[in-house]
Amino acid sequence: MTKILAVAESKHGAVAGVSRETVTVARTLADSLGGTVEVAVSGAPGGELAEWGADRILRFDPGGEDAGGPDPFAAALSDHIRTHGCRAVVFAATATGRDLAPRVAARLGVSLLTDCTGVEVAGGALVTTRPVFAGKALARVRALASPALLSIRPNVFPPRTAPREGVRDELHAGAAGNRPGYRVVGFEASQGASLDVSEATIVVSGGRGMKGPENWHILADLRDAIGETAALGASRAVVDAGWRPHAEQVGQTGKTVTPKLYFAIAISGAIQHLAGMRTSGVVVAVNRDADAPIFGVADYGIVGDAFEVVPKLAEAIRGLRQG
Amino acid sequence: MDTAAGCTEPRAAAVNITVCVKRVPDTETRIRIADDRRGIVPDGVKYVLSPYDEFAIEAALQLVEEAGTGEVTLLSFGSGAATESLRSGLALGAHRAVLLKGEPTMDGWATARVLASELAGGDAGLVLFGVKAVDDDQQQVGPMVAELVGRPCATSVTAMEVGGGVVTCRRAVEGGQEVVEMDLPAVATLTKGKYEPRYASLRGIMMAKRKPMIEKEAPVVEPGLAVEALQYPPPRPDGRIVGEGVGAVGELVRLLREEAKVL
Ligand SMILES: Cc1cc2nc3c(=O)[nH]c(=O)nc-3n(C[C@H](O)[C@H](O)[C@H](O)COP(=O)(O)OP(=O)(O)OC[C@H]3O[C@@H](n4cnc5c(N)ncnc54)[C@H](O)[C@@H]3O)c2cc1C
Ligand SMILES: Nc1ncnc2c1ncn2[C@@H]1O[C@H](COP(=O)(O)O)[C@@H](O)[C@H]1O
Repeated sequence: MTKILAVAESKHGAVAGVSRETVTVARTLADSLGGTVEVAVSGAPGGELAEWGADRILRFDPGGEDAGGPDPFAAALSDHIRTHGCRAVVFAATATGRDLAPRVAARLGVSLLTDCTGVEVAGGALVTTRPVFAGKALARVRALASPALLSIRPNVFPPRTAPREGVRDELHAGAAGNRPGYRVVGFEASQGASLDVSEATIVVSGGRGMKGPENWHILADLRDAIGETAALGASRAVVDAGWRPHAEQVGQTGKTVTPKLYFAIAISGAIQHLAGMRTSGVVVAVNRDADAPIFGVADYGIVGDAFEVVPKLAEAIRGLRQG
Repeated sequence: MDTAAGCTEPRAAAVNITVCVKRVPDTETRIRIADDRRGIVPDGVKYVLSPYDEFAIEAALQLVEEAGTGEVTLLSFGSGAATESLRSGLALGAHRAVLLKGEPTMDGWATARVLASELAGGDAGLVLFGVKAVDDDQQQVGPMVAELVGRPCATSVTAMEVGGGVVTCRRAVEGGQEVVEMDLPAVATLTKGKYEPRYASLRGIMMAKRKPMIEKEAPVVEPGLAVEALQYPPPRPDGRIVGEGVGAVGELVRLLREEAKVL
């Protein structure tokens, strides 16, 4: 029986939302190959993923002397794959997935197709589409080795329910595989930002036209009006000026985002910025300059002063919520 | 030379550092897909060192400057033209460069094996990478090389300190900064943070011409993937200007709700 392994992520002891997408892609592959979906998860029960098409949930819990980091899970996954075999492994191209997947690939000695926006089975082989050269081209890439390892870009594959009955969590001992010499010794939370810009379904990004960090409350207010699915982003000009942390930068040398709605506020739309957001669902631009290149990729634009338009926008969206 | 791993004196951090760097098209460059659709037309493309690799070079230079000892080697897998990018890294202060001549593909695992063939058995206490190369944007070569040479690897590192046979790294992770300690020898991939790339001085550029540049043929490795075709992304559907100023807000919200159905 062909097996497809989806690697789920956990966040504060629960399965991360993006994992539904990972499981959905695994389900699609399993259906076209006539196989089953196994889901591997560490640090959370994964039972709810049966809803999205998991046939079997494997829980890998960190071992006793776990020093943190991606190595224990990478070791456990690669051991499992080596012993039980599988046709393909699907990760999410999140910060966590990008840290984990190459380690698993290298342990198995196979290539990895990162950040795919399309996945299909063609002529019995796995073929993926992925953006290259800052989104200026798309590459169709065929996996030659087995298992085929790939990671999917978040927010691109809509989760599809495919409920499975009687799926149980099976506990697997975590492999004692932490590479000696890697210890997590501390964590400093940054203020605010709870949702990473690359994982938000709505992004409110600000550019140099916002004039200074003291004006960011205007954008934060729009984000708050939208709710907890939204996160703040920024152009590089803003990050370079020290107004916002690099973690919020969208673009070629920042994060790649694919929200269903992207607000570009007082951002000119330089090619390197577009590289990070052009695969967004709907793009809204607010810019004083009617000739700003951002209007070339925006689905809807308002030519106007962000300081006037954005507060009104936040107000209107709040009204929508309450009405 | 001895690496810090073998040092008994905690403060003497004599670490040799190798920085892996890739030559990539400048991000401003217009990309033209070649007729066979397997790659791009190189003519007229301006090439640069991948921006994240510049953070890695800067980190390496600062670490050896702080320690007052140790040397920085640049390593690249690429065509002969990559010597130009390597020279620009030497001009910043790196001590020598090694070019493994060949044609890197989108297969990061193949690149990792080529680089590891050179790094295995080397004396580098630290091997640094960019978190990603901005052409293929794979974010994988660093941790893959680490697995191949059997060393711990911290990704998305923003700042590093070396001392007592240990490197302490700050990592940019979701919601904050994680602090990771690794025993040397170790591997790290760099992102933007503490290290602002310096500019080459005239003296640096002159000196770079005399620094060792070793060229070898890259080993041939079995590919794990095949690029079938490149294509241009479908153009985004034509957008529209909803209106000017605050007067357009009501209509925008209506469109987002009723037409685009995203609110
Ligand atoms: C190697 C490299 C990598 C790069 N990587 C990135 C990256 O990852 N991300 C990124 O964003 N950039 C990146 N850049 C930089 C990029 O080229 C641009 O410089 C940058 O995106 C410009 O930021 P901006 O749009 O905020 O600023 P500007 O270009 O200065 O644009 C400001 C905009 O605000 C508008 N404006 C001003 N006042 C108002 C107002 N009151 N109301 C409404 N609109 C107003 C102006 O009309 C203008 O369009 C990179 C550049 C290079 C060379
Ligand atoms: N051909 C290459 N030669 C040297 N280093 C490379 C090469 N390709 C990738 N790297 C290194 O690996 C990092 C990550 O690349 P990638 O995994 O392709 O995004 C780059 O920032 C470089 O440090």
